[in-house]
Amino acid sequence: MKAPIISSWFGRGTVAAPPDIESAALRSDRFRLEREGEWRRLEDIIARMERGGMRRIADEDLMALPALYRTATSSLSVARETSLDAATLSYLEALVQRAWFQVYGPRMGFVRWLRGFLLGGWSRAVRALWLDICIALFVMVAGTIVGWLLVAQDEAWYYRLFPASPGEARVPGASREQLLEVLATEENASGLSAFAAQLFSNNSAVCILAFALGFAFGIPSLLLLVHNMALLGALLWLYDGQGIMVELAAWLSVHGTTELFGILLSGAAGLHIGRAMAFPGKLPVLDAAGAAGRRAAVVMVGVVIMMIVAAVLEAFPRQLVEGTQNRFMIGGTMLLFWLSYFFLYRPAPPAESGAA
Amino acid sequence: MSRKPAAPPADRRARIMITPEGLALPVTIAPRASRAGALIIDVMIIVTGLIIFQMVMQWIAGGLLDSTGFDLEGGETGAFEFLIILFALVVFVTWYGYFLVQELGPRGATLGKRIVGIRVAARGGARLTPEAVIARNLLRDIEIFYPLITLVVLLVMANTGQDIGILGWVAAGWFALFLLFPFFNHDSLRAGDIVAGTWVVDRPRTKLAEVLSTQGAATANGASEVTGARYDFGEAELSVYGEKELQTLERMLRDAQPDALKAVHAAICRKIGWDPGAGDERAFLEAFYAQLRAKLEGDMRFGKRKADKHS
Repeated sequence: MKAPIISSWFGRGTVAAPPDIESAALRSDRFRLEREGEWRRLEDIIARMERGGMRRIADEDLMALPALYRTATSSLSVARETSLDAATLSYLEALVQRAWFQVYGPRMGFVRWLRGFLLGGWSRAVRALWLDICIALFVMVAGTIVGWLLVAQDEAWYYRLFPASPGEARVPGASREQLLEVLATEENASGLSAFAAQLFSNNSAVCILAFALGFAFGIPSLLLLVHNMALLGALLWLYDGQGIMVELAAWLSVHGTTELFGILLSGAAGLHIGRAMAFPGKLPVLDAAGAAGRRAAVVMVGVVIMMIVAAVLEAFPRQLVEGTQNRFMIGGTMLLFWLSYFFLYRPAPPAESGAA
Repeated sequence: MSRKPAAPPADRRARIMITPEGLALPVTIAPRASRAGALIIDVMIIVTGLIIFQMVMQWIAGGLLDSTGFDLEGGETGAFEFLIILFALVVFVTWYGYFLVQELGPRGATLGKRIVGIRVAARGGARLTPEAVIARNLLRDIEIFYPLITLVVLLVMANTGQDIGILGWVAAGWFALFLLFPFFNHDSLRAGDIVAGTWVVDRPRTKLAEVLSTQGAATANGASEVTGARYDFGEAELSVYGEKELQTLERMLRDAQPDALKAVHAAICRKIGWDPGAGDERAFLEAFYAQLRAKLEGDMRFGKRKADKHS
């Protein structure tokens, strides 16, 4: 046995001298010995790329990488036709596969992706879902109306939508003062931030659920939207009965414009996947679902960010800001901000956009 | 049933990926067991890390309370609240960041996946994109963790005497559906893989083995080191075996076990009608390997291939 080749683990581009080429009896082994140095150099570069990104690779190694990769692929196809050395063949197959993962690997890490996402990628993805957004919006409006009408016809529906918990002031028959009290501001911000964190995990769970349920052809996503909006419709009806619907709308709009927009987007994202699976068009179902899933996933990352914003708004300004007008102003500003960010902000897409 | 007899497990997991150069590369789908193992390792790493983080935070918070002399009732000072928010954010970022950052890294694998030797790749030789990694990780929550948490909550509710009705069965069915999903498709994809267009494959780790034809009796004019004899095989003797037997012999020579070599030596001698001697098996086999390979590779160059001894 020869000593293990330690130099190739540590040294840059240095490889142990292979046995004398002339001593090999077989032509295929001579072929291998002539190219072995390049294979080992490629393996060494690949191993260093796998360990720690690009920074530790010398420029000349990086320049050599495509050529070395092509050498290895052509060696493999030649070896498959001329060599019966199983060990060399499987080594080359593994080497080319590893090199392929590096040469054709993800172009960017998470941080760079996040920057591109905030600067245009997000709004592009949202615009790509416009049809699903329209459908989801229609369903949400319909859900609100359904909720209103249901409760208006029969008050028992209210308790079905909101299972009564003791101490809950928001029930049919509550007085105007009781209802207004819920909308009042807290005295100070203590305890609200923990409340925000809790709200955030609750809301994002609903959104991720709406997205994931799209898997079943999008129908559960729509049902979830209808259910959530029926709650809103019932609440609106309750406050309308006492003539304070505007106050409620203002109170809700502070965070609601952001939160409902987020729920709208996640429902649309779920619907997008469901639609691609139900009507895959010319693609195979799996490919269609994959393409739609990747588009929808971008939107979902954005939804999680929107939920963070909504939770912060819900915990602080909504409880601290007094006055219908001020509340409407915050909510309206947020809505305007999101709308213009998604539909007016259109930076040119990066030239080498691999997302499709 | 007109199905082919079941192939051995490694073959059933073998797939072909076409690189942009038009080269067909074999890939192996990761077994479901290693994927489950990798996930368990990852979750254990995250949970352990968070518990340690929380203990450090509690220690800091405890020091805070002691030094300021607040009692726990009025302990919701700004700093205390800040720690709670910090913890919620850290949990969130750790949970998603752990998977996203590592699977987008050059190895395409989390620590758990690296330990069991698998990685994430885009199906069919496309480039792995950040969108795909995000999609497959978002869906993991719905597949496994939300139903699991729901089930636990429902069980606790049932234990405290509340009526949970049919909800428990719904949650259990949901959990089972997604847990068993990889068992009902060809590439053992979970729902997240389907939506993201990815699959999980074995990470190849093959070291380049030594050249056999430069050693011992395999060299062109090589003679046995033990007896000094040269083995020369004729055309008839070399045409007994094919490529499959050659590669079996190659494996034997590489992981040399003297007993096994002896048995192979005896078998070959019987087949080609030589009188098996003893004591010089390795040299015999090396010479036979080199000459058989020279013959088969020579034929190969003229387009003649012999898959095994039966063909």
